[in-house]
Amino acid sequence: MTNSSTYLRYEALRTARNWPFLVLSLAFPLILLLVVGGSHRHTHLDGISFPLYYMVGMASWGAMGAVVATGARISAERQGGWTRQLRLTPLSVRSYLTAKVVTGYLVALLGLAVIYLAGAGLGVHLPATGWLLMTGLILVGLVPFALAGVALGHLLRPEVLGPAIGGLTSLLALAGGAWGPLLTGSLAGIAKALPSYWLVQASVAGLDRRVWGVEGWGVMAAWTLVLVPVAVAAYRRDTARV
Amino acid sequence: MRAEEVKCPAVWIGGVEKSYGRVTALSGLDLAIFPGETVALLGPNGAGKSTTIDLLLGLSRPDAGEVRVLGEAPAEMVAAGRVGGMLQTGQLIRHLRVRELVSMVASLYPRPRPVDEVLELTATASIAGRDTTKLSGGQTQRVRLALGLVGDPDLLVLDEPTAALDVEGRRELWAVLRAVSSSGTTVLFATHYLEEADEHADRVVLLAAGRVVADGTPNEVRGVVGGRRIRANLPGVDSDELAGLAGVAAVERRGDAVVLSCTGSDAALRLLLARYPTACDIEVTAARLEEAFVELTGAGAGAAGDPGARR
Ligand SMILES: Nc1ncnc2c1ncn2[C@@H]1O[C@H](COP(=O)(O)OP(=O)(O)O)[C@@H](O)[C@H]1O
Ligand SMILES: [Mg+2]
Repeated sequence: MTNSSTYLRYEALRTARNWPFLVLSLAFPLILLLVVGGSHRHTHLDGISFPLYYMVGMASWGAMGAVVATGARISAERQGGWTRQLRLTPLSVRSYLTAKVVTGYLVALLGLAVIYLAGAGLGVHLPATGWLLMTGLILVGLVPFALAGVALGHLLRPEVLGPAIGGLTSLLALAGGAWGPLLTGSLAGIAKALPSYWLVQASVAGLDRRVWGVEGWGVMAAWTLVLVPVAVAAYRRDTARV
Repeated sequence: MRAEEVKCPAVWIGGVEKSYGRVTALSGLDLAIFPGETVALLGPNGAGKSTTIDLLLGLSRPDAGEVRVLGEAPAEMVAAGRVGGMLQTGQLIRHLRVRELVSMVASLYPRPRPVDEVLELTATASIAGRDTTKLSGGQTQRVRLALGLVGDPDLLVLDEPTAALDVEGRRELWAVLRAVSSSGTTVLFATHYLEEADEHADRVVLLAAGRVVADGTPNEVRGVVGGRRIRANLPGVDSDELAGLAGVAAVERRGDAVVLSCTGSDAALRLLLARYPTACDIEVTAARLEEAFVELTGAGAGAAGDPGARR
């Protein structure tokens, strides 16, 4: 009955105006790609050009960071008392979560575009189907991260959230293989249960056109099924004065 | 509630208990507010005003007892957009201009008031294009009020709306609130200023230590908390007898001494001396609000005026 698209539009506008947030969300994967990828421009790994290899990692890491960082914005809003104010309106849990997830995705999409452009500038070539497949799978793979960002935003205060997000995304990126070679041995088994592993695999599909198998879809679906109620509950119970 | 009341109360709180861990915030709170009333919830810090307001706005649930807003559960009425609120603390979100923020919140309601009308009403039209972070304290409060009003609520609940405002900011905010209440909206506001309750409410509910200790017109409640106190040494006289004296609102006995909270201290003093010539060590002092609260709660709620005094 209420007009949640207007709410979404203003949330998107707020995100777009928050340029320090945008710049910092995009900067680090871009810098790494330009510096590391740029300095090994003509190197090949397993027959893949190094900039392409590195771009794939930075795309997944950057997108992950962008959606999880939604939590930082949520945490700041609740610290300022806005979350409680919003609860005095008929805004539904669904519209609220949708707006937060979608704005996170907008930042992630912008980040992907920037990384792709930088990759192309470093001489990366992929067929159109490669770019599209990679982007589509990454967007699907971001769902658990977006939900985790919302949940963390409602559970942790801003000063706690900073290190929590920084540490968590670094660890997940490392274990998932976004920053370099995959873990080996028994750790590799654990890594395959992480959404970041499959997010990196989503990027890799840009090169080998290999879509997740049953295991990949299963892991992502499991994380999503767990995190939806966690995010909903984190928002629902976040009514106390802070 | 009286039998002849047919209108559904805008607010109905019955026997509510609420604790935070070991701190009891509300203990046996009863309150009914009827459509069209402007009620002040007056009480010192820690009396339980914000706790009460959180319950009314569906932000928390009572441990025991019942809370109804417009006849339904608070959360339902909030979801239906029939209740507006302004909490004690809260900043505006960044990266929006005033009009954008009000429009955004308006879009969440089923039947919002036109945004321009609300900006006009809250005297924020002139700052509509300004960034929400670049407002004075008074302007910020009026924008927050606009957010509470834009859904066109039947009940508006405000938690210490003027705290931290200067005189001018207060005056402007009350001017807006007067217009709101005269248009028929039921208004409940919390305050710890007696003057504010006195001036802007047509009914004052005095809250202390989590329960209602007095409830009546501003004059009646002023009699309980804002009048004078007569203290006298008067052993062996029954408190009820003293309570019957004209001008006496409440009586408290402390050993040989009695403390009379007065609505009319001159009349009470004349009668006291005429009827009890043995009364001695007499002091007449102005009861300050904070003292009055301590008295009222320390002495137990029983002595605190006539709770049946509402119109
Ligand atoms: N989250 C909380 N945790 C513990 N105690 C609280 C909390 N919120 C309020 N209180 C206590 O409950 C009592 C009532 O508080 P409150 O409703 O905020 O009073 P008021 O708004 O009248 O100043 C106070 O003693 C306060 O310290
Ligand atoms: Mg309070």
